Amino acid sequence: MTAYDVESGDQVHPGKPVTVDRYTAGARVNHWITAISLVLLALSGLALFHPSLFFLTGLFGGGQWTRTIHPWIGVVLFVSFLGLFFRFWQANLWKAEDGTWLARLRDVIGGHEERLPEVGKYNAGQKVVFWSMSLLIIVLIVSGFLIWDQYFAPYSTIETKRIAVLVHALAAIAIICVWIVHVYAAIWVRGTIGAMTKGQVTGGWAWRHHRKWLRELVVGKK
Amino acid sequence: MANFEFVLPPAPTKDIKVGLSEADLVRRSASNITPAANKLPEVAKLIDVSKCIGCKACQVACLEWNDKRIPVGENVGTYDFPPDLTPNMFTVMRYTEWVNPESKNLEWLIRKDGCMHCEDPGCLKACPAPGAIVQYSNGIVDFDHDKCIGCGYCVKGCPFNIPRISEVDHKAYKCTLCSDRVAVGQGPACAHACPTHAIVFGTKDEMKQHAEGRIKDLKSRGFANAGLYDPPGVDGTHVMYVLQHADKPEIYANLPNNPRISPIVELWKGVTKYAGLAAMGAFAVIGLVHHVVTGANRVTPEDEENAEKLTGSKS
Repeated sequence: MTAYDVESGDQVHPGKPVTVDRYTAGARVNHWITAISLVLLALSGLALFHPSLFFLTGLFGGGQWTRTIHPWIGVVLFVSFLGLFFRFWQANLWKAEDGTWLARLRDVIGGHEERLPEVGKYNAGQKVVFWSMSLLIIVLIVSGFLIWDQYFAPYSTIETKRIAVLVHALAAIAIICVWIVHVYAAIWVRGTIGAMTKGQVTGGWAWRHHRKWLRELVVGKK
Repeated sequence: MANFEFVLPPAPTKDIKVGLSEADLVRRSASNITPAANKLPEVAKLIDVSKCIGCKACQVACLEWNDKRIPVGENVGTYDFPPDLTPNMFTVMRYTEWVNPESKNLEWLIRKDGCMHCEDPGCLKACPAPGAIVQYSNGIVDFDHDKCIGCGYCVKGCPFNIPRISEVDHKAYKCTLCSDRVAVGQGPACAHACPTHAIVFGTKDEMKQHAEGRIKDLKSRGFANAGLYDPPGVDGTHVMYVLQHADKPEIYANLPNNPRISPIVELWKGVTKYAGLAAMGAFAVIGLVHHVVTGANRVTPEDEENAEKLTGSKS
């Protein structure tokens, strides 16, 4: 039986350097559709969130277009993220070492990975990002439908819409913060972005950051 | 014969200054503006519910002046037609058959519903489009349709459930208090058309004074709780009602007892707006500082060697 965190397509290629397949082409396309949607949603949403950012409506062809297009991008993101969810959920299940990893957040932030337990394909930080995104996207799509007045205005009361619009704003702020963490981590931990562009990381990267996963791949190969 | 005194509303006043422009704004949605220094006298429309006969001349006048038409509808079992405000029908007579528990009399309460032109307008507070909703120093709250984006936030901001979004052009519509007529020294079309002077228009001071006389008259005729509806929760309104039972505004087709901008809207448009930007900014800044302090987390040559050993790569 393969380990919980080995996803389809994960494979190690011995050599100098060792390379490891981390994301299939399908997963990468799926990821980037979601990513582009999220960025467009953030830009169009922020435009209507704070007057000082209203100028961002210009990117979408004005206020009316921004208002029209934002919910549709939301639908694209939801469907696209659903794909990511089913690809990644198993490997993001919480394990004993994740608690230890999270308890040593100080060492994580300091970059002392030698003091951290060996982790699988995703560390606790990535798992928190995954589950936060999943939860927040559900909150956003539900509250979003409640305030998508063009089609759904008659189906809820104004009081419900007031709560929904506040919840939508709060969840959006939260997901943008989670997104900043996600993007920053990918930049800070060098060698990560290739996983989502080329689909591959080096063996050294896997050894350093996801050793348990690397060991599982090596064992699976033998 | 009963003691009956018929008081005519005041004649059109010379106090209402002509002309409304950008220079007369006190509030502008999603914008910081310096409120007009020279304030126009505050205007108000006074609707005397006790004088209303429900003829709907005001509705017709409203459609006529604003060049709107509404389709022939269906009878929904009440006199209300259309049964609710629409993007084209800015005012609707709401008929309530109410049995007075004290006198056992059936009272036919007819309230002309429409924008109240709040001094503290919830629609304007909620609006994200700069300048789509404005408030003039005379108290009129007006929508600028060229700037409206059709998001429906005004609907959520309004404590009276007034704005309606058009399915045709996706813009919000409501009573303008005939700002275009007021700007040239005329009263609103509805007031002009009202055959019983139940709707009168003038400066807010004059209207309050006129209301006082009406309330005195109603009280003398047994309506002990007659009073003026000028709710303080929204800092007063520029459309006021004389109610026979001012202690129970809700009997008039759910006229809110103590309307105010919803605390949820205040929270959304208040602290959330600033705290939200601050939180996002803080996350970005923390990331930047962290990178400067700790530097990049790089894979070392030893990591690569270890991986090669583990995979049994031949050197």
